[in-house]
Amino acid sequence: MATTSDLQSGRPLVQGNHKSAFRNDRIATGIFYAAGIFLVLLLFAFAGYIIYNGRASLNLHFLTTPPLFMQKGGGVGPQLFNSIYLLILASTLSVPLGVGAGIYMAEYARPSRLTRAIRLSLETLSALPSIVVGLFGLLIFINILGWGFSILAGAMALTILNLPVITRVAEESIRNVPPALKEGSLALGATHWQTIWRLILPAATPGILSGVILVTGRIFGEAAALLFTAGMSSPPLNFSDWNPLHYVSPLNPLRPAETLAVYTWKVNSEGLVPDARQIADGSAAVLIITVFLFNFLARYLGKALQKRSRAC
Amino acid sequence: MNPSSSPIATITDPIVEVRDLNLYYGTSQALRGISLDIPRKKVTALIGPSGCGKSTFIRCLNRMNDLIDHVRLEGEIKLDGQNIHDGSVDVIALRRRVGMVFQKWNPFPKSIYENVIYGLRVAGVKERTLLDETVEKSLRRAALWDEVKDRLHQSAMGMSGGQMQRLCIARAIAVAPEIILMDEPCSALDPRSTSRIEELIRELQGEYTIIIVTHNMQQAARVSDFTAYFYLGSLIEYGLTKRIFTTPRRKETEDYITGRFG
Amino acid sequence: MPDLTPSGQSILRSARGSSHFLRETLGRYYATLCGDLIILLTVTMVAFITVKGLAAFTGPHPLSPLKFLFSSHWQPDADPGEGGPQFGTLAFILGSVSVSGLAVLLAAPLAVAASILISVIAPRAGENFFRPVLELFTGIPSVVYGWVGLSLLVPFIRNQFGGLGFSLLAGGLVLALMILPTITTLATDALQNLPDSLLEGSYALGATRWQTIHRILLPAARPRILIGVTLGMTRAFGEALAVQMVIGNSVRLPDSLLNPMSTITSVITMDMGNTVKGSAWNNALWSMSLLLLAITFGFIVIIKRLGPQDTKNGNHF
Repeated sequence: MATTSDLQSGRPLVQGNHKSAFRNDRIATGIFYAAGIFLVLLLFAFAGYIIYNGRASLNLHFLTTPPLFMQKGGGVGPQLFNSIYLLILASTLSVPLGVGAGIYMAEYARPSRLTRAIRLSLETLSALPSIVVGLFGLLIFINILGWGFSILAGAMALTILNLPVITRVAEESIRNVPPALKEGSLALGATHWQTIWRLILPAATPGILSGVILVTGRIFGEAAALLFTAGMSSPPLNFSDWNPLHYVSPLNPLRPAETLAVYTWKVNSEGLVPDARQIADGSAAVLIITVFLFNFLARYLGKALQKRSRAC
Repeated sequence: MNPSSSPIATITDPIVEVRDLNLYYGTSQALRGISLDIPRKKVTALIGPSGCGKSTFIRCLNRMNDLIDHVRLEGEIKLDGQNIHDGSVDVIALRRRVGMVFQKWNPFPKSIYENVIYGLRVAGVKERTLLDETVEKSLRRAALWDEVKDRLHQSAMGMSGGQMQRLCIARAIAVAPEIILMDEPCSALDPRSTSRIEELIRELQGEYTIIIVTHNMQQAARVSDFTAYFYLGSLIEYGLTKRIFTTPRRKETEDYITGRFG
Repeated sequence: MPDLTPSGQSILRSARGSSHFLRETLGRYYATLCGDLIILLTVTMVAFITVKGLAAFTGPHPLSPLKFLFSSHWQPDADPGEGGPQFGTLAFILGSVSVSGLAVLLAAPLAVAASILISVIAPRAGENFFRPVLELFTGIPSVVYGWVGLSLLVPFIRNQFGGLGFSLLAGGLVLALMILPTITTLATDALQNLPDSLLEGSYALGATRWQTIHRILLPAARPRILIGVTLGMTRAFGEALAVQMVIGNSVRLPDSLLNPMSTITSVITMDMGNTVKGSAWNNALWSMSLLLLAITFGFIVIIKRLGPQDTKNGNHF
């Protein structure tokens, strides 16, 4: 029983092993710091290793010339072009669809079986291994539709990979728009869609845009979904022929197109070039730098647009 | 309700007639058997403690409650004799006739100019001169023109709270509504901005039917012609503002007005 | 001047007649269509892979599902004289399980420890430094992880422990590094989403920070942390190229950390392009794809069992 004198004497009412509790606390804190710092060092070492090893290849020659067969000194020009072209096509297909679905989920969906089915589908799509998406592409676009390994098939596969992420980003950005804007618009006699189109989408754009750029960075490095859709070869390209209907044109959507990520994988397993190691080092560095650049761009644009829309 | 204070009898040529209005959020009832007539081109103030249903009530008049799930309405609201819940009524057209100003100003993240003509734009009006004229006239009506005429194309977000609220009033006026609903339009404003808005309401009176929700009794007394006192979802007393504030007929109203409430 | 007086027939009354179609219906149809497309896509994908994956078990020379799942005898090109082709995938199933299991065992403790630092101990540095870094690394292509494994890890293991270097260990380490940022971010979200009152309540009772963490915070966040770990496992299990580059790709039950082996995904990656469409071998690969799909569904079910997914910081596949 505690008495006044106990309190005054400062003796603890509950006798606990305070010393060991504080010691454990300090040890645990030390361990957590060690874990966090180790994790970050690991990641930085990883990125540093790649960029350091690939530094020799970070030049215009490597980035623009085609690979050589059985010889040293080839570049990754066509592969880089293919990656960018695929990325543009995939974004063109997936952004309108993903934003549309995001609008549906954020604005029109009522709690119903349909909404639950879409939610489950989105979760499923985003959980699927990308190799499975690639196999689906092989089945539909190559085997059934007979497009052959092609940019178009690759773009479709990437679209499937993108769709759930863009939908989620769009839905979240739209939900973050203050409801007062929506009420104000409806009270002025705007329809729901007019409100979405004129107010909600513009207000949600910074969020959507930075999400889209992040996703884009991710598909830039995607390989597994492309092995059996865009293919593992690149026909000789004529970079002065920009007619998409010509077979040697870089823009021809029905030609096979090996991307930088796929090439990085393949150059190791085939070993047809003597400098495979340098090429892989260089490609890996280009891939990682590109992904980082996309990330910074997303961050910067997101913040800048946010600031502008708040100021304006 | 005793017949002498019956809200229906006192008003001739009402613009809005409400009969036996009940509103439920899910299972809880927010409005209980409201019946009243709103006079044309007058200012009607709705007063009462918070949670008494006055905001819910005015949101029925432009059907903003349609946006909320699980809201159920019983009874009848007529605008110029037409039931606004009738299947043939276009809710978009209704909201153009019944404008609304919100408690917290909500200008759109656009220019001042675009804010004012938003209602016209969504109605498909494209003629430049008409838009320009509407902007000037609406801003003048809202007593904002002189302050913003040099920066019409700048963002509306850079204005003061009072200016933004007057912009929201200009925005509502621009679509030429017959009724303007104001949901505690001054509750987030400083006293100076508040008195400017009150002046504005008095200027608009006689041209528009204004229904203002306020928890500030002095404000109700200053700006309104008619006052309705709501309590716990019911309409307790309704009549000429002067009469309500001088000789309330119901004990509850008197208690509230004299501050003996609670 | 426009007519702003409410009595008159203003311009708007006349504009009212124009149809809602362009202003509302078309837009709503478009959004709904996009939503429906998601379902259609998912259903089509599952249906096609299921049909194709079941082909091996039907037809004139059907494969026994039991043998497919529980035999480790994989000789897809054996002549009829040698007993005909054999399609037992047990070695690959166990390979996938062990490599992704190893990855999670290596990554999860570090990830959870780091997430405690980020969310509880150093929240400011967590928000301004750790989180952006983690986000940066979730986007790194898996071939890059594979390439570092191949060029750095495999020779290292060969020199230190002997053997080929291509091994379960190499695969597990590469995948662990790959899923570390994902699990850490999700575990951090889980801890940060706990109400502050838990922390304050525990401190107010005189608990130290460590006592608060392991008695209150970790148990409260456990379901969501487990979701993060399962998502990491799902990603590791489905990863194809990074694993294929370092695991050695020999048909062998995973019997040692240092031996080469294969996984479901690595076999599909290697052989899908080199087999003839419709052949028994090719069909078996499609059956493995179906198996992969089914296992992914299993993971989704586990995640749904564990509780509602956070949609704020979302899933990090």
